[in-house]
Amino acid sequence: MNGTLLVVIAGILAVLTIASIAGTILARRAATPESRATIANLNARTRSWWIMAFVVGAAVIIGPTATVILFAFLSFVALREFWTLTPSRPGDHRPLFLSFFVLLPLQYLLLGTAWYGLFSILIPVYAFLGLAAIATLAGETSDFLGRSAKVQWGLMLCVYAVSHAPALLILDIDTDPTLLFLYLIIVVQLSDVLQYVFGKLFGRHRFSPNISPSKTIEGLAGGGLSAIAIGTLLHPLTPFSPLQAAGVATAIVIAGFFGGFVLSAVKRDLAAKDWGTLIEGHGGVLDRIDSITFAAPLLFHITRYWFTP
Amino acid sequence: MIDLVRYLLIAGIRLLIGARAEWAGARPVERQRIYFANHASHFDTLAVLACLPPALRRRTHPVAARDYWARTRFHRFIAEDCLRSVLIDRRRESAEDPLGPVLAALASGDSVLIFPEGTRGQGDAIGSFKSGLFHLARQVPKAELVPVHLDNLARIMPKGSFLVVPITCTARFGAPLERIADEPKEAFLARARQAVVDLDTRRVAR
Repeated sequence: MNGTLLVVIAGILAVLTIASIAGTILARRAATPESRATIANLNARTRSWWIMAFVVGAAVIIGPTATVILFAFLSFVALREFWTLTPSRPGDHRPLFLSFFVLLPLQYLLLGTAWYGLFSILIPVYAFLGLAAIATLAGETSDFLGRSAKVQWGLMLCVYAVSHAPALLILDIDTDPTLLFLYLIIVVQLSDVLQYVFGKLFGRHRFSPNISPSKTIEGLAGGGLSAIAIGTLLHPLTPFSPLQAAGVATAIVIAGFFGGFVLSAVKRDLAAKDWGTLIEGHGGVLDRIDSITFAAPLLFHITRYWFTP
Repeated sequence: MIDLVRYLLIAGIRLLIGARAEWAGARPVERQRIYFANHASHFDTLAVLACLPPALRRRTHPVAARDYWARTRFHRFIAEDCLRSVLIDRRRESAEDPLGPVLAALASGDSVLIFPEGTRGQGDAIGSFKSGLFHLARQVPKAELVPVHLDNLARIMPKGSFLVVPITCTARFGAPLERIADEPKEAFLARARQAVVDLDTRRVAR
């Protein structure tokens, strides 16, 4: 384990400790029932962050294989949450079975063996065509186009996009890919947290009441800009110069925002508030990794095209 | 050995289908109960058991069909030893009261879990209830009648398929059914079925 990784882990522990102490103080000061509920949720979120930091940290320390297995598991739970809320018909049964038990393991197996060519086309090309072909064998035509699209969305979001986060580990870059992987997680998740904090403190103007009532312009601007600043300061974790890191952080913060936003729109469409209940205070796994689904492929491709031989 | 198999079955079902309990009217307390649920897949017995806290699970016996679960020693081991099932003769092959084993379990103060539709329904629709629940309710007046709705089970493993899709199943436990004196059988069964139907949150949402 190298020195930079230790510094990063110490930094995360420090931030979480401060958050826990601040939460305890705020809980004592909360006067109205409304603020008490907000602080209770905040503290539940912080407790969950401890667990999530521990799990991701342990996987990173054990090694790339553990990280790939962890993300395969996260994809599995996310896809399960996706299909718990998304309606399906009996004719979708075989495509769904193949999504969970063939394509998902295969995608992560290709990652584990660093077979990049097939990794990048398995789901967008072969699952896309193959699952539609298999669905026709069930003989059910009602809403066929819509159903096929849902099957593909589930796989693209929960498996293909998510798998691009651990895929950073197979990139042949000058710096330690583990640190680049942590850079993605830290910048994107801090962006979410800071948008939440700025929104609670200064939020006045709703960004889009229809899709996500809690998102405010003040939250987005304050949280987004702070996350970009942190992403710039963290450039030693990456193969980027400070200026390049600012540009990359801007790209993944914007992508991360739209990840959460698009998945909120999907949730509203399905008449749900959260994707699940697995992570206390946050909702489901998909609620927590929604921003990563959009940011991970972008960071992966930026790095692969411009920073690998 | 049996404890280990039982533990693995419950842990496996948790991993596969989540099996989350929602106590919407009944509380998870140790009282004698007749749980009655909709039946849509081979997993529903396990799903309800996985949702119950261990203390309640230990004293809840699922009622299962003898013609299916007593076919082989393996089936019997899973049903009787691991799941503490009560096997009943739904084809009435002997002259005895088919509910006899269920009444014996209830007489010991334990709870039972029954699927009054008898056979697995097609898709999401809940079929009409058979009369067993009515007779049990009359003969064991002190047991609470708790309706249970299982969602998504038909999507997890539809009839005629052996493939399992790991969609999360939620079991909603509703308020105990009131007993109305001298209620005719058909009215009681319709009311019981409606109590399960009413627990389906999706029907309310859409």
